[in-house]
This record gives sequence, C-alpha cells and structure tokens, in this order.
Amino acid sequence: MPSSAELDFNAPQPTEAGDKPAGPPAFESWGRYPEYHAELKQLHWQGDYPRAIDGVHHGALAVGMGRSYGDVCLLKDGTLVQTTSMNRLLDFDPATGLLTAEAGITLAQILDFAVPRGYFLPVTPGTKYVTLGGAIANDIHGKNHHHAGTFGRHVTQFELVRSNGERMHCSPSSNPDYYGATIGGMGLTGVMTWAQVRLKPIVSRMVDYQGIQFHGIDEFLDLTRQAENIEYTVSWVDVTSTGKNFCRGIFMQGDHSQVPAPLKVSGKPKLTFPMELPGFALNGATVGAFNSVFFNKQMKKRVSALQDYEPFFYPLDAVLKWNRMYGKGGLLQFQYAIPWEHAREGTIAILQAVAKSGLASFLAVLKAFGDVPSPGMMSFPKPGITLALDFPIKPEKSFALFDRLAEMTNEFGGRLYPAKDARMTSAQFQAFYPQWEKFARYKDPALTSGFWERVVGGQLGVRGVGK
Amino acid sequence: MSTTPRTPVMEEQPLALRTPRDGEHESGAREVAGTQPHGPRRILVLGATSGIAEACIRLWANRGDALYLVARNEDKLAVVAADARTRGASHVGSAVANLDDTNAHPEVLAHAINSLGGLDVAFLALGVLGEQPDAEKNFAAADQILHTNFVAPVSLLTWLANYTAQRRAGTLAVLSSVAGERGRKSNYVYGSSKAGLTAFVDGLRNRIDREGVKVMTIKPGPVKTAMTEGMKGSGKFADVEAVAASLVKAIDRGDDVVYVPGIWRVIMAVIRAIPERVFKKMNL
Repeated sequence: MPSSAELDFNAPQPTEAGDKPAGPPAFESWGRYPEYHAELKQLHWQGDYPRAIDGVHHGALAVGMGRSYGDVCLLKDGTLVQTTSMNRLLDFDPATGLLTAEAGITLAQILDFAVPRGYFLPVTPGTKYVTLGGAIANDIHGKNHHHAGTFGRHVTQFELVRSNGERMHCSPSSNPDYYGATIGGMGLTGVMTWAQVRLKPIVSRMVDYQGIQFHGIDEFLDLTRQAENIEYTVSWVDVTSTGKNFCRGIFMQGDHSQVPAPLKVSGKPKLTFPMELPGFALNGATVGAFNSVFFNKQMKKRVSALQDYEPFFYPLDAVLKWNRMYGKGGLLQFQYAIPWEHAREGTIAILQAVAKSGLASFLAVLKAFGDVPSPGMMSFPKPGITLALDFPIKPEKSFALFDRLAEMTNEFGGRLYPAKDARMTSAQFQAFYPQWEKFARYKDPALTSGFWERVVGGQLGVRGVGK
Repeated sequence: MSTTPRTPVMEEQPLALRTPRDGEHESGAREVAGTQPHGPRRILVLGATSGIAEACIRLWANRGDALYLVARNEDKLAVVAADARTRGASHVGSAVANLDDTNAHPEVLAHAINSLGGLDVAFLALGVLGEQPDAEKNFAAADQILHTNFVAPVSLLTWLANYTAQRRAGTLAVLSSVAGERGRKSNYVYGSSKAGLTAFVDGLRNRIDREGVKVMTIKPGPVKTAMTEGMKGSGKFADVEAVAASLVKAIDRGDDVVYVPGIWRVIMAVIRAIPERVFKKMNL
C-alpha cells in the first residue's frame, strides 16, 4: 500500500492495526448475502491478468458489477479481480452490428454507444448495470428468451486467459469446448479480456407495449401462447394473494417500435435509494398492499402504450442501490426453470407454498422460456416456465422456505439459477446440472467462487488443485 | 537539457481533415456522436494511457475530434486508440514513444502535427506518482520523478509554445496537481515536480497568452485511476469520468487555472493558509 504517496489531505489516519477485516466487505453481491471478505484488485488492462494473481494462494475470481445475487461473484478470503476498468470499445461494424469490447464494459455503456447508432442488445436482463463478461459467464436471459435464446447465443468470439498465462481465442470453431464451458461457466474457466457480440438493429428507442391483467396460471399460459410472435414477454405476479386472486398478475409484452424516431442517449439515473430500511419494513402487510396497488394501478384489463426502452426493460435501474430497501440483512433471490412437462403443476405448487408461508416477495416475475438452445454447457434456461422471487432475509423463516422450494423444484424436474442462488445444496446442484463433472474439466485450477466451493468444493478440493 | 528550442519547420496543413494514411483508420464520425461549437478539433495527447487522459480521449472521440495519441506502452496505446476509433474520432494517429527521451521530442511532435494536419490542443498528461520512500533514500528515484513530471514537459512545452505562438493559435493544456501547492512529507518529491511544472506553465501563459495561445494549468485533486489505486481513502477520490467532463469543457474554453473537482480551489486555499510553524508538525 503506497500510503506514503497519499494525496488526500482529509483521509483518516489509520486507527486499527492488524489485518482483521473490519466494516463491510470490499465487494458485495446484489443480495448482500453472504458477507465474504476478500481482497479486491482492479484489472485496468488486458495484460494485467494473470499477473494480478501472482502469489495468490486462496483462489481467485473475476468479478464485474456484483449484480448477481448470491455467491457466484464472491470468494471467502480469496482474491477478486474486478474487470470494470477494462471497459474499452475495440471495434464496431455498423453494417453487421458486430461489436467487440473489453469484458468489463457494462451493458449500459454498450447501449450508450449502440442506441444512437441504431443498434440494441440482442438479449438484455432486467438491469443494464452488468458487465459483458458477467453476461456471458452467467449466460443471462431476458424477456425475449422465447425468440432469441440466451445472451451467449449472440457471442461470436472472445479471449479467455488462463491463470497459467495461456491466452485462448474461443468461438464456435476455435476452442469450441472452452467456448461452450465459458458461456454460463460462472467465471470459473478463466478470465475473459474481450468479447464480440452481435447487436440487433432498431429504428426507435420506443417499445410498443401492452399490459394485460390475468387471473390464474391458465390465463397466463393462454396469453403466452397468443404472444408467441411478440418479441418480449414477461409477467409480474402477485404471490401474496390467495383464493380468487391466486396467481393474478399483469402480462407485459412488447416489440421494438418500427416507426423511426430519434435515437438519443439515455440520461443518467438521478435517484439513489437513500438508506437501508429496517428489517421489519417489508412484511406481509406492506408487500400485500404494494401488490394490490401495483395490480390495480392498471385499471383496465388491457393497456397499450408506446414506452421508452428504459422503463420497459430497466424499471428498477431508475433507482440506484435499490437493494438497500431490503435492509442490512440483504435479500435472497429464488429462480427456477421447470420444463413444460411439469411446469403448470410445479408453478401452482410453488406459488401455493409461497403464499402459505406468508413471506413477502413483491418482485415476482413469471415467464415462459423458449426452446432456442444455448451454446453454454452450464446454461440455466430450459423450455418451460421460470419464476423469480425475492425475499428479505429472515434466517429461520426464509431459509426454511427456500430449502423447501429448492426441493420442490428438484421434484418437478426443474433447476435453479446459480446467479441468483445462495442456498442450493451440493446434491441439488449436481441433480440440476448433471454435466457439472464434465464442466469441471475446463475449470481453471486457480479460480473458484463461494458458489462453487459450496456446491462442489469439498469433492474436488478446489483450492488445493494446481498446488 | 537535451533539446534546444528551435523554430518548427513542418508545413502547416489545411484545416480540413485529411484522408487517412496507410495504417491509419478513419472511422465514420457520425452526427450522433455529439456536437461541439468548434467543429472537430485537432488534439494531441501526450501520455495518452493515463487515466485522466483516457477519459478525456473518450469524450473527444465521442464528438468526432481528430486525435493523435502518444504513450510509452504499445499494448495499452493500441486499445486506447481502438476505443477512440470505434467511438467515432474523425482521425486517430498514434506513436509509441518514451517521452523521458527529450531528444526525440521534436520528431514526435512534428510527426503528430503532420498527422493531425495542424494543432488546436496539446494535452500534456504524462507523469508518474513515484515512490516517495525510494525518492527519500535514493536520488536516482527522485531524479526519475522530476524528469518525467517536470523536465520532459518543459522540453515538450518549449517546442509547442514556439510552434503555437508563431501561428498565434492553440491551447496548451497541462496536467499539474494540487500536490504542487504545498510540499508535505508524504509526497514532496512528486509535489515539487508539479510545483515546478505549475510555475513553468504559469510563466509560459504570462509570456504567450498575448500571442493568442491559451496556456492552461490543470490541478486535479485525487482522482480514482490506476495511478491512485490502493491509496488510503481512494474509495472517496473523484470519479474520473466527472473529472474528464469538466476538463473537456475547460479546455474548450481555454481557462487559465483549473481545479478539478472545483472544491479543491477552496481546500488548497485553506491548506496554503496554515502557518508553517503549525504545518511543519502536521502529518500530511
């Protein structure tokens, strides 16, 4: 630490000696759980890795914006190398939409560049504050999964750097096995320095939006079928209601507007969630009230509007640090994909279990996945229904519910999403992803994560590998 | 000093942007990239891979300015130049050069101005933080800091001042530091190099402002970049994008003395006002 070269006159003088971690960790996941202390280093240049982990003995992991919820982006007592300063654009072909950029660039930065040039992300998650590398490593999906598949499907090539210094060019034809293992590979196969993705043309920022109220899973399934030709579909579902309001929700669908309109750059968000709410703020009553307001805000059965892409794709990005709403304890996400065979019964059973538990979740998202295959070996989506829920963490109650929901998911032949998980057991992971042993062959021996240690660690002695 | 000031000999080229030479890439600058009052500016960046310089380069590239980038590390320079091209700079030339070598300055500068077809702005962002403890024990380490931060910019500015004054146009924007305003034990070698640079630039402005050349002394407070990584309190340092946005505006205007963020003008006034009998006992 070159504190001798310190420039900040106002910096506090060191108060405590010793190396016991104090205060919050240097890096948190979006759920702010679990809390793992780790050393955090920045990668500024493609050549900084693997030099940045020289002499590291407790494992390392590349991280980006920390928007995954659980522990796929954490490593207890290890070394995290953050890629967000490695965010340069390297090439763009306005004829084909092929964009090459360093892996730490965020989707927000890509949009700022691409939208004014008439291009959009081929697939986008519900936040634009994720890195390109993170989008590939978690093989993210979006509202157009039934048309476009996962993000990885639009990644044409990338460079993967191994901890031994080997730099691998990966594409469907060059090192195809590492290409497949790295897409959805949770950052464990190496560190991506740059990647190329195929953007898609747009003529307007606007989205032709329709919101349709539904009551019950069958209405949801009908709307899903009717919307087959619509590019984006997603539903918000009220998981607190029972009886005649059980599984009521709003089906939201949209297509990019085909009417040419100015392609301006988005403004920057001005709101930041000001503080951590106390743990009791989100309870069954407040969330139930919110859900009623949200459902009834849409007065009519069906609403149509021309909507800017920002509120359509990224409603929560308008408030920075909204995870503080869940208080100090943080939040847990739960997202399953259950194949069509058991999708209906599984979804009903799980929604009933959630409603009965009385545990609040007001960000509940329901969607049908399509059958477009991903090149990713460990990719999460599969054809069927996916439901994402989040809960404030109340250890005794929410953990028990989670463990139960995970087991139900397993029974219905589904699986959970590692990027949103902090609880699945080793046995569950290995049932959800039976290909994990094959995947482990491509893992970099120096890299590991909180998630991997939890679901596999003991069996492979991960931190010892390579020594 | 290894360079003697001399009259530049290269021919001034027309203001219109040239077509790219072999090996140079001209990306389609688009209207969408943003507009600015002057039309594309021809900007030379010395020390182009420094964090503050790179953030400015992105903004200039976004609005379609013509850039010539000089830095010592070839791999780093290549990606900074690629980023500028991709964003829509109307011209991107570059040269790998160790600017510690003052003998090479006339050639580097002449080449840059040829490539740009003239010069509107020269941004000097070369510099090293160095290691104060080394510099205390070992004059060679101090000499290195003084050379890169003071001697080399003096050589570059001597040439550039004569070139711009002769043409009665141009902006010389020089990155100094608030650390040059008062020496303190934790970094007085770096601070003295910047103090020297500040005095030189201030004096140069006094000489050639009347010749129509804008000479800018830029004094950033601590900024979050690779240079300051790992420093105590670096989490609270200024955001480099915000600093760059202020600098690009200030350079468009050609301000004399710029503190970024602006609060440092006040902070440094307070620091300078502390009586020496008190200051010498402080731990700063």
